[in-house]
Amino acid sequence: MLGDNIIEVKNLVKRYGKIAAVDNITFEVKRGETFAFLGPNGAGKTTTIKILTTLLHPDSGEVKIDNHPIRETNKVRQSFGIVFQDPSLDDQLTAIENLEFHAILYHVSKEIRKKRIPELLKLVDLYDRRNDLVKTFSGGMKRRLEIARGLIHHPKILFLDEPTIGLDAQTRNFLWNYIKELNKKEKMTVFLTTHYLEEAEKIADRIAIIDHGKVIKIGTLSELKKQTKSKDLEEVFLKLTGYKIREENVNSKEAFKTMHRGMRR
Amino acid sequence: MNSPIYIMWLRQLKRTWRSKTRLIASLVQPLLFLVALGFGLGPVFQKAGGGNYIDFLSPGIIAMTILFSSMFAGMEVLWDKEFGFLKETLVAPVSRWKIMLGRTLGGATVSSLQGVLVFILAIIIGFRPSHASLIIVSFFFMFLLALLFTSLGTAIASKLNDMQAFPIIINFIIMPLFFLSGALFPVDNLKGILADIIKINPLSYGVDALRHTLAGVGSFSLLLDLAVLVVSTIIVLFVGSKMFNTIEI
Repeated sequence: MLGDNIIEVKNLVKRYGKIAAVDNITFEVKRGETFAFLGPNGAGKTTTIKILTTLLHPDSGEVKIDNHPIRETNKVRQSFGIVFQDPSLDDQLTAIENLEFHAILYHVSKEIRKKRIPELLKLVDLYDRRNDLVKTFSGGMKRRLEIARGLIHHPKILFLDEPTIGLDAQTRNFLWNYIKELNKKEKMTVFLTTHYLEEAEKIADRIAIIDHGKVIKIGTLSELKKQTKSKDLEEVFLKLTGYKIREENVNSKEAFKTMHRGMRR
Repeated sequence: MNSPIYIMWLRQLKRTWRSKTRLIASLVQPLLFLVALGFGLGPVFQKAGGGNYIDFLSPGIIAMTILFSSMFAGMEVLWDKEFGFLKETLVAPVSRWKIMLGRTLGGATVSSLQGVLVFILAIIIGFRPSHASLIIVSFFFMFLLALLFTSLGTAIASKLNDMQAFPIIINFIIMPLFFLSGALFPVDNLKGILADIIKINPLSYGVDALRHTLAGVGSFSLLLDLAVLVVSTIIVLFVGSKMFNTIEI
């Protein structure tokens, strides 16, 4: 059924102690669209993605993914692919082993695995390195492999949590072109967060701006620009969320971990 | 074979195989125990009428090896948390108990293999198993023991976020388990609180089962050993998979 909502979020709340990381948000993502979820550091983006992908339990509210409430975890999990903010590969395994592992966890049959895995490896230009341990890969190569991995089981939704952090312009360009193509060809819904606003500007059909755990505005780029009388997304963003620099005050441990991983990459 | 349990198991084995130095390094400590205690206390033990101490000690040291490496296998969960791979398995459309079971079986396979390696080392040092036909039965008990403590280590790790705290907590648990299990000394003539503690320590039954099958002596019946190990393994696996199920990242 094209045209209905593939993600429905209603009055979602998640607290850490007294702080509401996600504070009563409601939004929908339409089937087949590219949806950008933007906000300053600590706005609640990653927490929201974690709830949508069943990694965190919400305190209250309703979430449906592909018409299944998120408590039907296995159905929900089968329907999406995800590229996490931090690397999540096993670097003691080879590229092909990581993909095989994923495919088996997602119940992809052997015949399809045999065809699909080399195909994806070629697409992300890692076929020649398929038998190398992932620990020998650069940050960009790891990212490409993670995207290939997220696509093996033909997900209906692809979640991308800041997928281009720390990547060079060439890799970023490659990734977005490829993702946009998949979105068009396979009607795959894309839900992304990024700090690179020009990327969202280029790729997103609709954009949600979130801050302090609340959705401030949702709309197409031109709607947002018109409503805020801005010339580009950066101006929209700054007008809506303010010019002040944020500390990542949600969870200092989280911030430390992110920093730590950034250095490792 | 393409079940999630199998692939989790296989991954554990591949990772171990690729860090062979760790595997070899983990044999140094048991070897040291065997040589120092075996040869150091051997004459005293013999004089007291206990028989050949190496024969008595080897099953205990095999049990120790399995206890240590099984409990520390839980560390892998924390590594995976730290390096992000845990998330990949947690968002997969697979029941978490299968993930937990696959990991546990993998860790248990590795640590029972270490048990077998220490068994071979012991033979080189002078250990003589009492019945060749029971060696294979002792391997089964090694695996059972490994399964019990790998699931315990994994369960503990699933509740922790702190890489530094894990070894401290594990040491805090394994040291009393080891020293109060009869791995190093006969428990038959003990009285009072020490005897009671040894009786409620599941490792005692593992040590005893290995001693039955490898040295031909034991304090409890082999059937009781089996029953205690099976029941406690089932309980820990059950509770552990519940704990694993509640992991949030």
